[in-house]
Amino acid sequence: MYFGLSEDQIFFQENVSKFLEDQSNLDVIRKITEGEANEIQQEIHDGLLNLGLSSLLIPEQYGGLGLDLLFATAVSQSLGEGLGPIPFAGSYIMAPLAIMHGGNKEQKNNYLIKMSENSMRIGVGFSEYIGARDNANISINDNKISGRALFVIDAKDASHLMFSDKNGMIGIVESSSSGIEITELVAVDKTRNFLEVQLKDVDIDILELTSTSKEAIDKSIDAGRIILAADSLGASQALIDKAVEYSKERKQFNRVIGSFQAVKHMCAEMAADLEPCYALVWHAAHCFDNSPDESRLMACHAKSHVSEVSKTIGKKATEVHGGMGFTDLMGVHYWFKRIGVNRQTLGAPEVIREEAARIQNF
Amino acid sequence: MDLNYGSQYEDFKIEVQDFCKEWHGINFSDAAKTPMSQNFESNGKTIKRSEWQSILIEKGYTARSVPKEYGGYGGESDIIKNRIIATEFSNAKIPSAMGGQGIDMLVPTLLELGTEEQKKQYIKPTLRGEMIWCQGYSEPNAGSDLASLQTKGELIDGNWVINGQKIWTSTAQFSQMMFCLVRTEPDAQKHAGISYILIPMDTPGLEIRPLVDMTLKPGFNEVFFTDVTVPEGNIIGKRGEGWAVANATLGHERGALTDPNATMNRVNSLINRMKKETIDGKRLIDIPVYRDKLIAIQAKVTAFQSNSLRVLSSKINKGQDTKIAGMIQKLVGTELRHELEGFAVDIMGELGTLYEDSPNLRDGGSWQFLYMYYLGLIIGGGTSQIQKNIISERGLGMPREPKVQGN
Ligand SMILES: Cc1cc2nc3c(=O)[nH]c(=O)nc-3n(C[C@H](O)[C@H](O)[C@H](O)COP(=O)(O)OP(=O)(O)OC[C@H]3O[C@@H](n4cnc5c(N)ncnc54)[C@H](O)[C@@H]3O)c2cc1C
Repeated sequence: MYFGLSEDQIFFQENVSKFLEDQSNLDVIRKITEGEANEIQQEIHDGLLNLGLSSLLIPEQYGGLGLDLLFATAVSQSLGEGLGPIPFAGSYIMAPLAIMHGGNKEQKNNYLIKMSENSMRIGVGFSEYIGARDNANISINDNKISGRALFVIDAKDASHLMFSDKNGMIGIVESSSSGIEITELVAVDKTRNFLEVQLKDVDIDILELTSTSKEAIDKSIDAGRIILAADSLGASQALIDKAVEYSKERKQFNRVIGSFQAVKHMCAEMAADLEPCYALVWHAAHCFDNSPDESRLMACHAKSHVSEVSKTIGKKATEVHGGMGFTDLMGVHYWFKRIGVNRQTLGAPEVIREEAARIQNF
Repeated sequence: MDLNYGSQYEDFKIEVQDFCKEWHGINFSDAAKTPMSQNFESNGKTIKRSEWQSILIEKGYTARSVPKEYGGYGGESDIIKNRIIATEFSNAKIPSAMGGQGIDMLVPTLLELGTEEQKKQYIKPTLRGEMIWCQGYSEPNAGSDLASLQTKGELIDGNWVINGQKIWTSTAQFSQMMFCLVRTEPDAQKHAGISYILIPMDTPGLEIRPLVDMTLKPGFNEVFFTDVTVPEGNIIGKRGEGWAVANATLGHERGALTDPNATMNRVNSLINRMKKETIDGKRLIDIPVYRDKLIAIQAKVTAFQSNSLRVLSSKINKGQDTKIAGMIQKLVGTELRHELEGFAVDIMGELGTLYEDSPNLRDGGSWQFLYMYYLGLIIGGGTSQIQKNIISERGLGMPREPKVQGN
């Protein structure tokens, strides 16, 4: 019995963290979010692809690494901690899983190999399946897709896009197809990109098994939620580390502020809230990989609970930094914002909890 | 990640499951009538609590690693087997072995630091439930700041003569013995002046006054000492080492206060209740606000359960660092339980406040009772604030509390 990450997982995780520390420090992140470092951002992306980030879950027969979701979860923690300014949850987790579980043989061959070779990347627009805002709506008929997807993740510069209708039928379109109109959104978190996509009678390749089964959409969304939870976990840990470190340096009233009990207790509360989230997220990923019966509920719990905890940590860690925390200078806000967007993506906590209640037939 | 206990435990698990089947529905002829945290279905055999305890020791389902000569089972210490026993018992709704401060705190202390004679004398009757212990640590002026305790012990003619007062002493009224912290070295520095002494509760000069607690159930007491005299040999460890001896067992206490599986059982009881209970004819489980809070709590308890698996894992796998995961358990576990029980009271509204033997009582009044009881546990055994001091100082390396002069 062993409950935790394996040596391999930790090793890989540390490599990603080290890479981000070297290549993507706060100055770089700042430039990227100001739109002034597209090339550097591309280099960071390429560097992480060299480590294998795009093909973690893709089976070896399609040129991937054939690893499990727990492995990807470990990586996602590092991306959250280091503000990894790259696509991940959508393109490299949800999209391959949808194809692995929903595609026929030909589709798997067609897509997964190219994805592992990085000659194809897919953005994911499932928001309307989970909860359509602003009357957005996707309809798929006769291998054509029409409608509007409001919050497509990892879609900027993606060669392909993936959508689902309300029934969980998933299909893939080429981003350059005629009838597609793309609008860039501006979310608070600018380390990642989000698009609105309008579609009018666009040719779509429907993943064959998804016309009769929800397995692919369920798997894809469960995994996406666990991965986003892991991202927030990493981001929250970064915030706690920063708050504790700052509290040991900053002096007021001739004392370091970390000696004030109000500050100590805020830090202790953050740690006490976050620590069980590690176990929860890993456990959820483990269930995803090994016990499908528990997997959906665990994914809901992981995403909703970590979202709540991270939100509080975003607030408290900023407070520990005082006015500095509120400045752009200190950069605390990057993690605050990343957490904020993770929280809403693939279902805000209330939405997910209602889903968790239904999964249990309440 | 590997959540299988391994094939060598499969047989053991089946053995325990069979045992649980055999004893399903067991009832005690002498059970205390307090609202229990679990609802046992009592439709089976009726035996005495102490008989049940003997059966469990014989099977190795409790006191597993306590040597036979001291009345235990005499097996290897095996955390996973303990876990299997706890899980299967709780799944089968079979009452677990006796616990309490004697079994959970004193026995491990004696095994670690007691003399041979002390082990022989005390462990066996304690395990069998024949000797109940209370913990005499806190004093009116020494709660969180326990090391400032002033109850005085003087060695006179080969006896400890003890004077002073303890307070909040749980179960003193039922106990045969007390393990007690006493200041025996008045000139030594605060922590170095304390000794750990065992006191029979029927010693002349020892007076117990019940202290009614919030739940109005028999809980804790004040204990007064007037020239209470016990033999010199009733000390554990050396003179002045009592602080270290006590700290060896505080860890055991904190672990025992917050069982995540019991908490999850309460979540499941709550779900059942919400399916039955209605407001304006509508089932509580169908009301969105309640559903939302229920699932939020269920998620937290799930996280807490997973956290305890991680802590368990670190005990088996050397080198796995789960320092903070272990340190937060008392704080998180008691706060979470209080929140859960309080939420149940909330959703039942006025009915949730019914108590004792009121008409229309739900689940024996256990929600209201445990809601208050867990507030006590948030305070007892080191308050939540003290836990936060510990987490921030020892877990996060933040500065220690400043020392005030004269302390
Ligand atoms: C249900 C219950 C059972 C108990 N059973 C036993 C028993 O069997 N045997 C026994 O010996 N004792 C027992 N106790 C006593 C218990 O250990 C003490 O009540 C507890 O340690 C707190 O001490 P206190 O009551 O003196 O509170 P105080 O120490 O006076 O605390 C009052 C408030 O001040 C805060 N505070 C104190 N110091 C600090 C600090 N340094 N930093 C921040 N905040 C601080 C506390 O958190 C609390 O909020 C029991 C208590 C309860 C509630």
